Amino acid sequence: MTDYPFLMELWAARGAILNGLGLTVAVSLLAIVLGSILGLFVGIGLTYGGGMVRFALRCYTELIRGTPVFVLILACFYILPVTGIQTTAFQAGLIGLLLFCGSHVGEIVRGALQAIPRGQSEAGKAIGLSFSQNFVYVLMPQALRQILPTWVNAATEIVKASTLLSVIGVTELLLATQQVISRTFIGMPFYLFAGAIYFAINFAIEQLGRYAERKVSLP
Amino acid sequence: MTHPEASVATTAAAPALLRIQDLHKAFQTVEVLKGVDVTLARGDVVTIIGSSGSGKTTLLRCVNLLEEFQRGRIEIDGQAIGYREQGGRRVPCTGAEVARHRALTGMAFQQFNLFPHLTALRNVTLGLIKVRKLARDEAVAIAEKWLDRVGMLERRNHYPGQLSGGQQQRVAIARAVAMTPRLMLFDEVTSALDPELVNEVLSVVQGLAQDGMTMLLVTHEMRFAYEVSDRIIFMNQGRIEEEGPPADLFNQPKSLRLKEFLKTIKI
Ligand SMILES: Nc1ncnc2c1ncn2[C@@H]1O[C@H](COP(=O)(O)OP(=O)(O)O)[C@@H](O)[C@H]1O
Ligand SMILES: [Mg+2]
Repeated sequence: MTDYPFLMELWAARGAILNGLGLTVAVSLLAIVLGSILGLFVGIGLTYGGGMVRFALRCYTELIRGTPVFVLILACFYILPVTGIQTTAFQAGLIGLLLFCGSHVGEIVRGALQAIPRGQSEAGKAIGLSFSQNFVYVLMPQALRQILPTWVNAATEIVKASTLLSVIGVTELLLATQQVISRTFIGMPFYLFAGAIYFAINFAIEQLGRYAERKVSLP
Repeated sequence: MTHPEASVATTAAAPALLRIQDLHKAFQTVEVLKGVDVTLARGDVVTIIGSSGSGKTTLLRCVNLLEEFQRGRIEIDGQAIGYREQGGRRVPCTGAEVARHRALTGMAFQQFNLFPHLTALRNVTLGLIKVRKLARDEAVAIAEKWLDRVGMLERRNHYPGQLSGGQQQRVAIARAVAMTPRLMLFDEVTSALDPELVNEVLSVVQGLAQDGMTMLLVTHEMRFAYEVSDRIIFMNQGRIEEEGPPADLFNQPKSLRLKEFLKTIKI
């Protein structure tokens, strides 16, 4: 038994590590889902909005995409309370991540919508579809197929960026692992273990993405 | 000046199916339609010919409200479309009204523009279900009838990517006519096709013409235009230069421009 101190410590710390994993999955999932919804509206606004709307959204996406996620998360953690918005560290980190996700997905959605040939929406209009019907039944299904691969990338970026929440004290998987390390003084195996879990999560996301791509691919 | 419904009543006595009056259309500062008048009675088949850039496509797109126009009036069955008079001013109709006006006409495009993510059948049923609000099985029955009509019933479950250009265009025509438009617009529906696929599409169009469908066509297939049309319109630089029965226009062109144009094409 004493020959395998790492496995013993891992077993002993399983609760803490599972909690960390749970937080990582929760914050990533929430950031991806909420950020994608935000990004969908941002992309629609960038494509169809008036001059002011587009300018405002352009400022948002350029600002966020030009800022390191690390800075973004710190900003949410330190600046939001100053503006009177009280958040927990988890909430502040989530806001940072979803703003990050929203700006990237917004750009992806805009690019996909603008890549659809103009004849498609004109054919929709010609059979009498309203703007929203045209969007839902003609444009978005085509845009989604193009969005999927890049969207999967964005999702894996969010999972990786969730490790940055450790610096504002959210005990997600990385911080949970570091806490175990500082107690057990077993460094490398635990880091490798955490790394393997992140890899597994992103591998699963990518496989899921590939599967979805195959499902919706057109002959 | 008058409410759209009121104008229906006033012109109902002599109902032209399509009446275009003094149509002006400019892209920014470039005027591409410089006062065009066209009238089609029910059942008329009228073909627009003219060299590239003369404004044929733009005219059709205005009728289907895919383009705004700055002056003039387009009426379908006496109802002004796209714009209305309000307090003496000309105002664009709302999106919902425009969608309703568009449903009065059907359009077939040079590039087919089938929806690539839907099968041939679903391309046709989409409008029937979402715009005409038909039940699915009712829509399918109508769509199958039209797909059969254009010889595409067997391939109803194929996606556009699995069909030849001629087959795609036939499905696109079925998609448009299934909506029972009062007027069909065909814009060079065979120009993007390989030569051996042209006839299968033209015979579909000809069949619709024989059934009494009112249509306004643009084509470079002069023999076809000659055979199918009640009248030919020759457009030149945004204006109608000459108009009349095919025999007159093709055999005794009056204007110099038309003579020159006919020389450049083979019939
Ligand atoms: N979207 C557009 N923006 C600017 N100019 C256009 C546009 N569409 C067409 N035009 C111009 O309008 C003129 C008429 O074009 P079009 O109606 O397509 O002619 P045709 O169908 O007879 O070849 C051409 O000079 C063309 O360059
Ligand atoms: Mg044209």
